[in-house]
Amino acid sequence: MTGTDVTSRVVQEDGTLSDYWVPARNAESEQMVVNMGPQHPATHGVLRVTVKTDGEVVLDCEPMIGNLHRCKEKIAENLQYGQFMPYTDRLDYLAAINNEEVYARAVEKLCGIEIPERIKYIRTIVAALGRVSSHIFSIGVYGLDIGAFTPFLYCYRERERANSLFEKLTGGRMLYHYYRVGGVARDLSDEWIQDCLEFLDIVEDKSKEYNALTTWNKVFKERTMGIGILSREKALAYGITGPAIRASGIDFDVRRDDPYGIYDRFDWKVPVSRGEHGTVGDCWNRHWIRAQELQESIGICRQAIDKLPPHDPKLTPKSIYQPYINPNVPRMLRGPKNAEVYVRGENPRGELAFYIVSDGKNMPYRCKIRGPAFSNIQVLAEISRGYLIADLVAIIGSIDIVLGEVDR
Amino acid sequence: MSLNDLFGQIPGWGEYVPSFVQMLIIAFVPALLVVLAVLTPVGIMGVYAERRWSAFMQDRLGPNRVGLPIWFDGWQRDYTGKPWYIKLWGLGQGIADGVKLLGKEDFVPPGGDAFLFLSAPLVVFAGALGIFAALPMSDGLIAADVNVGVFYILAVGAVEIIGVLMAGWASNNKWSLLGAMREVAQVVAYEIPMAMTALCPVILVGSLQMTEIIAFQQGGLNMWGIDVVGPELAQWGLGWNLWRAFPVNVVAMVIFYICVLANLKRAPFDLPEAESELVSGFLTEYSGMRWSLFFLAEYGAMFALSGITATLFLGGWGSGPVFGALSLVPVETIDLGVGMLKWTTVAGIAEFSWKTVLLMLLMINIRWTLPRLRIDQVMSLCYKYFVPFAMGCILLNGLAAVMGS
Repeated sequence: MTGTDVTSRVVQEDGTLSDYWVPARNAESEQMVVNMGPQHPATHGVLRVTVKTDGEVVLDCEPMIGNLHRCKEKIAENLQYGQFMPYTDRLDYLAAINNEEVYARAVEKLCGIEIPERIKYIRTIVAALGRVSSHIFSIGVYGLDIGAFTPFLYCYRERERANSLFEKLTGGRMLYHYYRVGGVARDLSDEWIQDCLEFLDIVEDKSKEYNALTTWNKVFKERTMGIGILSREKALAYGITGPAIRASGIDFDVRRDDPYGIYDRFDWKVPVSRGEHGTVGDCWNRHWIRAQELQESIGICRQAIDKLPPHDPKLTPKSIYQPYINPNVPRMLRGPKNAEVYVRGENPRGELAFYIVSDGKNMPYRCKIRGPAFSNIQVLAEISRGYLIADLVAIIGSIDIVLGEVDR
Repeated sequence: MSLNDLFGQIPGWGEYVPSFVQMLIIAFVPALLVVLAVLTPVGIMGVYAERRWSAFMQDRLGPNRVGLPIWFDGWQRDYTGKPWYIKLWGLGQGIADGVKLLGKEDFVPPGGDAFLFLSAPLVVFAGALGIFAALPMSDGLIAADVNVGVFYILAVGAVEIIGVLMAGWASNNKWSLLGAMREVAQVVAYEIPMAMTALCPVILVGSLQMTEIIAFQQGGLNMWGIDVVGPELAQWGLGWNLWRAFPVNVVAMVIFYICVLANLKRAPFDLPEAESELVSGFLTEYSGMRWSLFFLAEYGAMFALSGITATLFLGGWGSGPVFGALSLVPVETIDLGVGMLKWTTVAGIAEFSWKTVLLMLLMINIRWTLPRLRIDQVMSLCYKYFVPFAMGCILLNGLAAVMGS
């Protein structure tokens, strides 16, 4: 395929020119293979994409993953159930708290542990807060990918507040280890709840700023609308989840469609792209779904705080070193013999699932992690062929991968 | 003043005709002085303004502490153990950065073309510096008032492209090459509407000379053949080319200003060095002082082209609120204490400064607000919108000139 291709736009059915380029076999040009990454500002970590280009047009690309592989699944097989919890933080390190929730639920289902009512609410609050914090970051970084620096710093200003909230609650600003099997590390204080409500007000107010600088900005719309269109069928075929699949017009959210937790008690909706703006499945819609989910998560967090049941004296830990959990959880967790669970949950980036096989020991026999970013990044080549290098950056940013989860 | 008169002023030379080498030396010394006295402060202040202004915009602090440390050992250190320093509100940041960059390795990428790689920053810098020669900063403060001033500036400003292409090609880096390709495509395209809109005031004035353009804007305003403003009011800035052939030149100025942004590779047109796409574009392999030469050139050109925009459309140093306000007081009678200094020079510096600084701050504001355009959008903006509009501006300005503007 060397030597004879140049690229051009296609005349579409309605007479307009297409947004994408295709090779046309009528003139000579040379192709070039460019390595994007692992050290590249726009690959969100240590992703390496080999891009075959013709001038600036991406003819083909291939994401080369594995630079951040840390043998998470093997580690899980060598640690007790509770000990693996902090390792799950490092999967999707931008929404660490949501990873913990899925793992905790998986172990609880395996061992048949019930969760007290107040802890269910606490988990919902911190998970919603984690989603807010993660989506703020995604929106800001997407602005950075498109070339707008200021929204990133605005978003980071609020994310720092979220980090401080988590620090107050868990002691960590990024990697929390807050969940325990059967509960959480400690109870929410009234002061923390006040801080959280204040933070939600600030985010709700400032999200208008983010939207003005990114979502509704003319240049931003020009750059992202109609770019990297991920069709319904392709999204299903590749197992895309999270905001990306909702942007492709598929109404799917694990929290609602495979219910867990107490999300059915709140008034919230799943934002789905119906093609009101741009094309269904383009970069702009993926960004817009995130911006809408930010609002929904704020609503869930507020409602959960509103309905938070009072503290049950039975749950009071015996000492400050003990977690705030269901008191019936045994000191040594053992899974049942020859049992397996597959538990999935909705993370900010999609569906995270843990498949745990137990052979009756205090460690899992096998722990398979299904990361959303790992599945989502596979579609990159499909949707970026024929676009420019600048669009490739926009597409990578809109899929919103976290390399910690891709490589695990 | 002829060359002989100039050399005649050197004591002992009289009618002596200097050799070529002596001429070169005499030409280079003032040029060096201009570099040191104008471009370096402009660069440092530009970087400082950009950092500080963007920090204000982004809820950050920016550099606000760095001053000049006092290094004598012994008595300067107080109990905190920190060196004493002269507080400069962070202005020392530019100097600190300069010292840091001087200490860095002058790196040439293996496989690159060393000669082109090393000389590229000089070409870019020369292009930016060349604009200063015809930049009228005040009454008498213009290095060379050539009769083809506007033409000269457009020509010299385009030299930069060659340097960037050299840099991109010689870096032996694909990102650099892509950046250089983008630069050439973009800047060459934007030269066209830029030159066309620069012609609009030239048509009205009837001269390419900078001082003529400024003097013209000091005169009364005739709009489409009707005398609107007399010379007295024109001092306030009502005689600017911006208002002439109203509203055509407002459009022309907006187009010119955006083309200046594109030629300077400032956001949203920073595709050649697009950070998130091409790592750093043609700058990727540069380090140390050569890298900072590119930056000095960018800020120098920012200042110079803002000044040119002000001169072409906003009256330059010659008219505006400062001159208007000074016309109310008997300013000519004030003794400035220095024989050669005219009051128009002093007022002109103030007039030129506020316009230029305002235009520069607008550039910074735009940079930190807008996302980056894509290369095809940049090109279609130029060829589909700016070129036709600029042609229309030329046509209507010609009409206005015929009608006696």
